[in-house]
Amino acid sequence: MTISPSYRRPLLIAGLALAAVLLAVGSLLTGPTRFGSHEIIGAFTGAGDPVLRAVLLELRLPRALLALVVGAMLGLGGAVLQGYLRNPLAEPSVLGASNAAALGAVIALYFGISQLHPLSLPLLAIAGAMAGLTPLMLLAGRAESPLSLILAGIAIGTLAGAGISLALNLAPNPFAAMEIMSWLMGSLEDRSFAHFWLALPCITLGGALLLWNGRALDALTLGEEAAQTLGVDLRALRWRILAGIAIGVGGAVAVAGAIGFVGLIVPHLLRPLTDRAPSALLLPSALGGAALLSAADIAVRLIPTDAELHLGVLTALLGVPVFLYHLVRERRLW
Amino acid sequence: MVRLSIENLSVVLGGRAVLEGIDARIEPGAIIGVIGPNGAGKSTLARAITGLIPPAAGRVRLDGAEVGALSRAALARRVAYLPQGQTVHWPLSVERLVALGRLPHLGPFSDIRGSDRAAIERAMERAEILALRDRVVTELSGGERARVLIARALAVEASGLIVDEPLAALDPGHQLQMMELLKAEAAAGVMVIAVLHDLAMAARFCERLLLIHQGRLVADGAPAEVLTPRYLEHCYEIRAWTGMIEGQPAVLPLARSSPPGAAKLR
Repeated sequence: MTISPSYRRPLLIAGLALAAVLLAVGSLLTGPTRFGSHEIIGAFTGAGDPVLRAVLLELRLPRALLALVVGAMLGLGGAVLQGYLRNPLAEPSVLGASNAAALGAVIALYFGISQLHPLSLPLLAIAGAMAGLTPLMLLAGRAESPLSLILAGIAIGTLAGAGISLALNLAPNPFAAMEIMSWLMGSLEDRSFAHFWLALPCITLGGALLLWNGRALDALTLGEEAAQTLGVDLRALRWRILAGIAIGVGGAVAVAGAIGFVGLIVPHLLRPLTDRAPSALLLPSALGGAALLSAADIAVRLIPTDAELHLGVLTALLGVPVFLYHLVRERRLW
Repeated sequence: MVRLSIENLSVVLGGRAVLEGIDARIEPGAIIGVIGPNGAGKSTLARAITGLIPPAAGRVRLDGAEVGALSRAALARRVAYLPQGQTVHWPLSVERLVALGRLPHLGPFSDIRGSDRAAIERAMERAEILALRDRVVTELSGGERARVLIARALAVEASGLIVDEPLAALDPGHQLQMMELLKAEAAAGVMVIAVLHDLAMAARFCERLLLIHQGRLVADGAPAEVLTPRYLEHCYEIRAWTGMIEGQPAVLPLARSSPPGAAKLR
């Protein structure tokens, strides 16, 4: 059955949004405590067993919501960067934002700052992303080409990575090293609404800055000079993208740790379902990222292992084969 | 009607003076050809006119307003530009690619309206690519691709059109088609400036030629005044036959004026 192109986009968006909502509901229902439908309705209306209510509203709900917003940010970030760099292999980590944010969090763990207040870790992660962004802005402020941006991003990402390794190397005891490692693998376990309310403004602001650029990214299909003569201010575009990635991805990494591959694979999987213009991919990638991370977060709880699997491990383990399969099947990927 | 005036324009790129003291006034109605040997500064002139590179001295004015002072979006609505060797980075459909020409008229979140659709249709019709609309751009032949890209520039419906080397990689039939298309645009009141390498096409289709050599405007006038043996010898270092065919000026390059053997003796 062929679907008329004018219906394809609304159908795609509706389908992905439905998938994300269903998976979020699935996430609410996944875990050692089982719920019936009347218990869920009871929890949300204020009636019912207070223990079940606490499990649902204070443990499961923030986790499900975080999977949605973090996944959406990673998917959107990947789609925007692939469009901007005109490179289908780009993802949020290419600008060093993920690593810089992770370094901020590692510093909190290493110096025991994370013990002082539960929010000190995510706040330091956001500060790390900002600190990584500043030299990037200064370096890239003069050049107009995204290539210098990639190189500067790689330099910052590598430097932040070295800082993380240094912290592991000098960790005062094996438990501190374990804690750092475990955080670096990414997880949504034991997150509260405090985490959600911290991440949400960052992701909203970052996401808005990124969604702004659809038209300009379309123009970049023709290269930088042609884009400029189509009315794109390359400098303003670069600032919006850099700030959006640092704030949004910084906020996401701050609460969920480093979760790779979502930003790379979601735009890849969805591109053939769109008209392949960068703007057509932004909203679907955000919804797809939300759905994918929700699904992964359900999977880590269902897979019977002694310790809960980390999200970053699962997304990489699943992401790579899917990615390779896709690469082989459809050689023209983008 | 748009009027372009280039006043004492100089451009410096990488510390080297690429254009020096260019003066020209350009009005719509006919194709203005910019010719000159490789590296003369033709593309630099086109890029300076579209505001892509700032002048080191002098100015480029569009209807009296300096190009550098206009916002990118305002300039984009008035002058469409087709760069040399245009690449397409994503495999869009032909129709989607031509629609990119409407971007200067759209806000960051607004969608294509009926008037934009009509402009896209007109552009595809003039470039004779209506039959290609659902094909993927990256899978087209060179001639088809060139027509799709010019249609993208036409879809802007700007009052000025600047094309850089539109004939590269086109066979004679497609070259004639492209020049006829530009001529029709000019006749419709668009200011058309074309950077051209093919002197025969320049002679046949342009009403006025700007000959650039080593960054300077050497000659400016009708093809018969510019494409003379003396200028061709001086700028291109070639001997050429010049004359009239079917009542139109024509040029046929014959030989280099300093053959390889002679160069050694100097």
